[in-house]
Amino acid sequence: MGISDVKSGEPDVVLARLDDLINWARLNSLWPMGFGLACCAIEMMATNASHYDLDRMGVFPRPSPRQSDVMIVSGTVTFKMADRIRRLYEQMAEPRYVISMGSCANCGGPYWEHGYHVLKGVDRVIPVDVYIPGCPPRPEALIGGIMMLQEKIRNQSLGTPNNPEMP
Amino acid sequence: MSAVQHPNAKRTELDYAELLRRSAPSKTNLQDLASEEMVLNMGPQHPSTHGVLRLELVTDGEIVLEVVPHLGYLHRCFEKHAESLPYPQTIPYTDRLDYLASMNNNWAFVMGVEDMMGITGKLPKRVEYIRVLVAELNRIASHLVAIGTFGLDVGAITPFLWCFRDREHILKMLEWASGARMLYNYVWIGGLFYDIPIGFEERCAEFVAYFKPKLAELNGLMTENFIFVERTAGVGVLPLDVAINYGCSGPVLRGSGLKMDLRRLDGYSVYPELDFEVCIGRGEMGKVGDCWDRYKVRVDEVAESLKIIEQCVEKLTKAHPRGDNFDPRAMCPPKARPKAGEYYSRAENPKGELGFYFIADGKRDIPLRCKCRAPSFSNLSVVPEISRGVMISDLIAILGSIDFVLGEVDR
Amino acid sequence: MMTAASILQAIAAQVGEEAILSSDLQVAQPYLELAPASLVAVCAFLRDEPSLYFDFLECLSGVDEGPEAARIGVVYHVRSITRGHRIVLKCWAARGDAAPTIPSIAHVWRAADWHEREAFDLLGIHFAGHPDLRRILMPEDWPGHPLRKDYVNPEFYHDFKTAY
Repeated sequence: MGISDVKSGEPDVVLARLDDLINWARLNSLWPMGFGLACCAIEMMATNASHYDLDRMGVFPRPSPRQSDVMIVSGTVTFKMADRIRRLYEQMAEPRYVISMGSCANCGGPYWEHGYHVLKGVDRVIPVDVYIPGCPPRPEALIGGIMMLQEKIRNQSLGTPNNPEMP
Repeated sequence: MSAVQHPNAKRTELDYAELLRRSAPSKTNLQDLASEEMVLNMGPQHPSTHGVLRLELVTDGEIVLEVVPHLGYLHRCFEKHAESLPYPQTIPYTDRLDYLASMNNNWAFVMGVEDMMGITGKLPKRVEYIRVLVAELNRIASHLVAIGTFGLDVGAITPFLWCFRDREHILKMLEWASGARMLYNYVWIGGLFYDIPIGFEERCAEFVAYFKPKLAELNGLMTENFIFVERTAGVGVLPLDVAINYGCSGPVLRGSGLKMDLRRLDGYSVYPELDFEVCIGRGEMGKVGDCWDRYKVRVDEVAESLKIIEQCVEKLTKAHPRGDNFDPRAMCPPKARPKAGEYYSRAENPKGELGFYFIADGKRDIPLRCKCRAPSFSNLSVVPEISRGVMISDLIAILGSIDFVLGEVDR
Repeated sequence: MMTAASILQAIAAQVGEEAILSSDLQVAQPYLELAPASLVAVCAFLRDEPSLYFDFLECLSGVDEGPEAARIGVVYHVRSITRGHRIVLKCWAARGDAAPTIPSIAHVWRAADWHEREAFDLLGIHFAGHPDLRRILMPEDWPGHPLRKDYVNPEFYHDFKTAY
């Protein structure tokens, strides 16, 4: 008898693995820190808004890193910003995840060649879990990336905690 | 399954409190503060700063005594790219300056190059009308974001959702025309990337008919809403002489009462043939030049843009219809190599006057210098001037009403 | 609305002939090249003289002509909202100096404040008399001035590799 088989109105006993239960709770209420840097932030806002609505997936943006589970780095990371990103990442409580949204956060994006102030990929400063390509990625792509992160969380286990090494 | 490490990543144990202090020091010395004053840091990550802007506030309790903005967190080296790439290849980078109004940015850049090459005025009328059409659609989209996020800043969540819902329709249309939702690369030197698709003009007319009652609904919700007026009327009054001296333009300048619109002043493209009003702030709710006035100018401009779109649709269906022998790239030069010279071209963006100053040496496809004069850069510089003695929440309202985009400010 | 030639004559009459080093009135956007010593006086005159009344500084661009040329300088685009005329001003400094200096006009048009900081930040032009000359876009501890033609990227910054 799994979590999804429970029918309402019927008294019953639910048996589930603790891992499944905790992962189910975590992946269905991922609260991202509102970390919009550039153009991808507008697509992230559009995804949060009426048409694509991330709230139906339990995703609700939080202003503070200390209250959030996932940091969606949306936009170009500059060197001036990179130290602050690291500090914000370290302020997040574990379990914490990072989604790198857009080409600029993945690898420097269109600014890879002449951008003297652009960090070529946010994974040079924090560990990234999911990369979403696009410039900017469509809201559907962002939702797909969040679903991929949910898949990753579904397969995690309390026995082997998620402890990525810092770059 | 651990996170992927980039092969070039390395980070030793650095004292990055020291790094932060070295790379962006505080302008205020703690020794200079009186005992009641404190230094607060807003940003660069903050829900209300509209992007990565860091504000150093010196406050006496809740009253702001001084604001020191720190920029550069989104400096993406646009001018270096413009000086390393040929003119057509720079157009996608202009998209990313004010990413809410990409068509307008493209167009301002392209106008400058066309003026230097001497092909202004030789473009087919259909191209000009399409350019105006997409620019005005983008103006509405940009103002909707401004209005929605301004409401969000002062605490109203519903207008944000309404504005983004309506903006989705515009984005769908622009995606239909250009292939991308937000950063279009559509207006090219000498023409357009593609003609607008069949049915686009009808879809525009449908959108205008759909949106007019929605705009009235939005007005009814926000514009004279008691709480909204209390938060914004009389707050952040920007006197006209201060605005002009600081180089403000766009709704910020028009909100202070000056009828200044480059579409009328320069009369570029086909704007002289179109009928629209220049909206100014009149101090109806508070003083002339307050936050409510700047907001009202934007709302009025959305209505004016709808008028312009209707006229363009009519011209595009009747006077300059699509035809088999219409090629939007007919006047696109195979190599954009202007003659040697310098030129400053400017356009009325939703945020203000976007200007590009080119120095071409006539021998290469790459400009010697391309300076981008961003409206938000000068508009933001007036914030320390008008926010002395306001409360912190008033400062948020002022920032929202100035409507700057950090992509433009930092370039 | 005055022509560029009459603006030139008005400046020469008020500030002196030696203020204007050269000019080109035949191009689409006529410009006047000013001597650095008289830049502030000319700008104040342009702003305050009633027949000219240049109240709006549109753009202030630092220009680096490359290591072969001897000069680095600033181009000012000013216009008058009330009178309707526009003019371009230029002011050059020697590029070979460690700190090429041009007087600051931030107190004439407050718009120049941040634009001059940006020219200092990206091109290394110092502005004498600027109220707060510090970097605005790049981090404070960044080496060099990125928009110079002979600029070379540093390889590492705060332990981040800068290249792709």
